[in-house]
Amino acid sequence: MSAPQQPATQREVSVEIAAAAAGPPLPGGHPDRAYSPYRSTALRAPQQPLVVSPPSLTELAAPVFGPRDVAPLDADLTRHHAGEPLGERIIVTGRVLDGDGRPVRNQLVEIWQANASGRYRHDGDQHPAPLDPNFTGGGRALTDDDGRYRFVTIRPGAYPWRNHHNAWRPAHIHFSLFGTAFTQRLVTQMYFPGDPLFGLDPIFQSVTDEKAQQRLVAAYDHDVTRSEWALGYSWDIVLDGAHATPPDTDDGDRD
Amino acid sequence: MLDTTPSQTVGPFFAFGLPFEGGGDVVPFGTPGAITLYGTVRDGAGAPVPDALLEFWQAGPDGRLPTRPGSLHRDGRSFTGFARVPTDRAGDYHLRTLRPAAPTGSPQAPHLAVTVFARGLLHHLFTRVYFPNHVDANAADPLLSALDDERRATLIAVPDGGPTGPGYRFDVRLQGPGETVFLDLSTHGLAQPPVATAETPA
Repeated sequence: MSAPQQPATQREVSVEIAAAAAGPPLPGGHPDRAYSPYRSTALRAPQQPLVVSPPSLTELAAPVFGPRDVAPLDADLTRHHAGEPLGERIIVTGRVLDGDGRPVRNQLVEIWQANASGRYRHDGDQHPAPLDPNFTGGGRALTDDDGRYRFVTIRPGAYPWRNHHNAWRPAHIHFSLFGTAFTQRLVTQMYFPGDPLFGLDPIFQSVTDEKAQQRLVAAYDHDVTRSEWALGYSWDIVLDGAHATPPDTDDGDRD
Repeated sequence: MLDTTPSQTVGPFFAFGLPFEGGGDVVPFGTPGAITLYGTVRDGAGAPVPDALLEFWQAGPDGRLPTRPGSLHRDGRSFTGFARVPTDRAGDYHLRTLRPAAPTGSPQAPHLAVTVFARGLLHHLFTRVYFPNHVDANAADPLLSALDDERRATLIAVPDGGPTGPGYRFDVRLQGPGETVFLDLSTHGLAQPPVATAETPA
């Protein structure tokens, strides 16, 4: 076991973030797994290079989900308990697309998030902020034929974590996505526009390319906002990974 | 081509969002031929990783990939081909499934596709579980046959009479000695020998 170390200051971590940003971004804008400003990567990022392999037939297929798996209410996180959760009610919607712009249809989208106070319903979250008896924070939806998902939830709060001294995560919603191929699997986080913590957060900054960072940030969308009820945000998600071109032969019922 | 949405870590708090009831039950209890696939996820110091999440996706014993919806809602009879299991406090996971056959036309030996998520992993990792019984198919497998013995062994489950029937152990070492072979599957089906990718600088 290593000896306890004094936690780094934000200033020290910010210097590391700036140094890492100087290198060329990885394909797709994905983070380098060995990203030292995020301390937990130190013992968990592989040291060997990935082995390039053509995807197998198994990896070019994907699990199938349907109405039996996801109830309509699963996508409304404000209605999972008897009362209304505290916080700012929001609508988050967008499309799941593959790299060619095709919608990913009838596929599972899952989210989980902190409550309005920045507290997760999880034993490991020791942030001294209140739990909300009317908010759990997990949701599921299936995309429609246009690849669109839609959640109703509350805007999560920022919260502290122990990566370094006085470290705070910008408000975010975790997203889990499947494509038409297992190779397209993606877990990511959606952020809110204009957050002052972006520049300080090693997880957000692990995406070093500024344009790629912006692809993690939802847009406020007044067309999604519902009068006298909830603010709306739009966020499209683009999956990469090798995938088979969908066959034309057996989907004649599509337009 | 549209620009990709970058990956971010699954973080430490996915427990109320992703795991689901029966997530490790690819087949119901009592299914003839069911095996327990289990193992431990360890970090670069050899310490168990108690907050990893593993997903498995596979063909059935008939070589067919499931196409029926219903992977989250277990109906108590179907083979779903999909498992999602978090590690426990000891870094252990287990699932109950059937050994796959290779889909028709597959150049690969029978295997399970695996995704590994964890706090501290900014981007998930892909790997595969192969089985030692398929000696000839494994020898012909394009991935296995291009690896040296030590690395190849990290992808092959070890038979080991498990607590609930025939068992196979498949440990995942994220980093360090015995590091599991993780895959870059981003090539679009081009047949080429496995080579080091520039994605993760040494």
